Amino acid sequence: MSEIYIVASTILAILVLFGIKLMSSPKTAVRGNRLSAISMLVAVILVLGANDIIQLPLLWIAIILGSMIGYALALKVPMIKMPQMVALYNGLGGAASALVALVEILEATSQQNYFVLFTSRLALIIGGITFSGSIIAAAKLDKRISQRPAVLPHHKIISNMMIIVLILLLILSFSLNNSLVVFIILIVALTFGVLFAMRIGGADMPIIISLLNSLSGLAAAICGFTVFEPLLVSVGAIVGASGLILTNNMCVAMNRSLSNVLTGGTTMCASKFSSNSKDEVRMEEKAETETKKSPAEILKRAKKVIIVPGYGMAVSQAQFYVKNLTEVLEKSGTEVKFAIHPVAGRMPGHMNVLLAEADIPYEKLCEMDDINDQFAETDVAIVIGACDVTNPAANTAEGTPIYGMPVLKTGEAKNVIVCNLDTNPGYSGVENSLYTMPNVQLILGNAADTIKELINNLEG
Amino acid sequence: MEMALLLLIFLISAILGYKIIKKVPTLLHTPLMSGTNAISGVTILGSLVSTAFSLMFSSKILGFIAIVLATVNLVGGFVVTDRMLKMFKNK
Repeated sequence: MSEIYIVASTILAILVLFGIKLMSSPKTAVRGNRLSAISMLVAVILVLGANDIIQLPLLWIAIILGSMIGYALALKVPMIKMPQMVALYNGLGGAASALVALVEILEATSQQNYFVLFTSRLALIIGGITFSGSIIAAAKLDKRISQRPAVLPHHKIISNMMIIVLILLLILSFSLNNSLVVFIILIVALTFGVLFAMRIGGADMPIIISLLNSLSGLAAAICGFTVFEPLLVSVGAIVGASGLILTNNMCVAMNRSLSNVLTGGTTMCASKFSSNSKDEVRMEEKAETETKKSPAEILKRAKKVIIVPGYGMAVSQAQFYVKNLTEVLEKSGTEVKFAIHPVAGRMPGHMNVLLAEADIPYEKLCEMDDINDQFAETDVAIVIGACDVTNPAANTAEGTPIYGMPVLKTGEAKNVIVCNLDTNPGYSGVENSLYTMPNVQLILGNAADTIKELINNLEG
Repeated sequence: MEMALLLLIFLISAILGYKIIKKVPTLLHTPLMSGTNAISGVTILGSLVSTAFSLMFSSKILGFIAIVLATVNLVGGFVVTDRMLKMFKNK
């Protein structure tokens, strides 16, 4: 490694870090992202130049092909599908790291030291797990396979056995210069990734996406150890750290430990806490025969409104009507804020993106900890397609999956209007005790239609 | 020597990254994630070197696929992040 090369690499790594730093404010984030992108482009050219391989057509064909595919995919994807897109990209990055490790192992010259032997196999394993785990996660998010956790008999034992097998094979492959062992390692790693992602339920997706993101960075960094590429090590480590922070945030937000999520002490089936159909009928009647005041009347008198959006809002693409509702309310002098639960949506911060897509200004979006004490002095809270994150049972119902999860104190508002599809429980399978509170009105049905009607009644 | 240097680089980067990312608000966590995910396409550097210096034909093919996948990750990740960030507007 020449000194110039090391200096250039250091500068590029710092630029990438600076790009991420700019991403901490919406005002500078676009520039930050572009700075990181340009740094990466320079890094590619630097590496090609430093290794004197810039003139190889094979490399350029691959780069152009990959760029075209990546660009085409990125332009098409709707915002609601962002989590599965990120998971897919993540998996491809992991696959690339695994393939590099595989090439390095198969091409191995005889003078490899233990450091290279070890890191190449580790990159193969982590890259493989990242690839298959991300693909399963993406398929679950895209509803191509069931979102319910799929658990094999003795799932935990099988997974633990696989880790032991991987370690043994890794040690074995040092002394056996045999490509068959390497392929077995890859197959076991891929299978492990599938088993690990399979058992994650829909509600835990934000955690798992963050973790896989971290792993793909780690795989890249370890790859960098194998091919002695300092920039790869540095940037991979940055991504690994970032993913870990987000994973931890998500776990804290759901009051769960990571090991608890990974070993499947998680989402239970709805049947466990199944709803009582009589109750449901009674609640629907209550909603229909509510003659005290219509939701529109309550809203007309409101000075302060907090909207609580959930994934159901995004599914029915109601955020554009929600934006209209906000405008109508503000026209009559009402203050409107949004309460965003950390795990609303399917990945960290997903709900903010969906609301930004509908042109809702970001200073109206409040985090749970900042807004939770404001419900008590709010005239109306409007819940739109959110269930688990508003469920007061999280504070009382011991032994249920959501017990202990911090929730939005929606019920403290003077009036609550719930615009959900039905009164079925959310992912957790726990009945929402908010629905039966005296200050709550239910308007059941597709959120987009419900909000449209609400706007008509307000303006009518 | 190089081994120790790489480990040092790994540690310093992880610590710096941790400090900087800690300051990103929840509001921007999705773009942060897709942005760092794009950056993890940095593995393209490894795939370029590895493909160029491989001798076997089969390795060239594997390496070629690795470059394509890493580039999809890199380019696609940056473009979706850009799309998202442009939507965040103030009043």
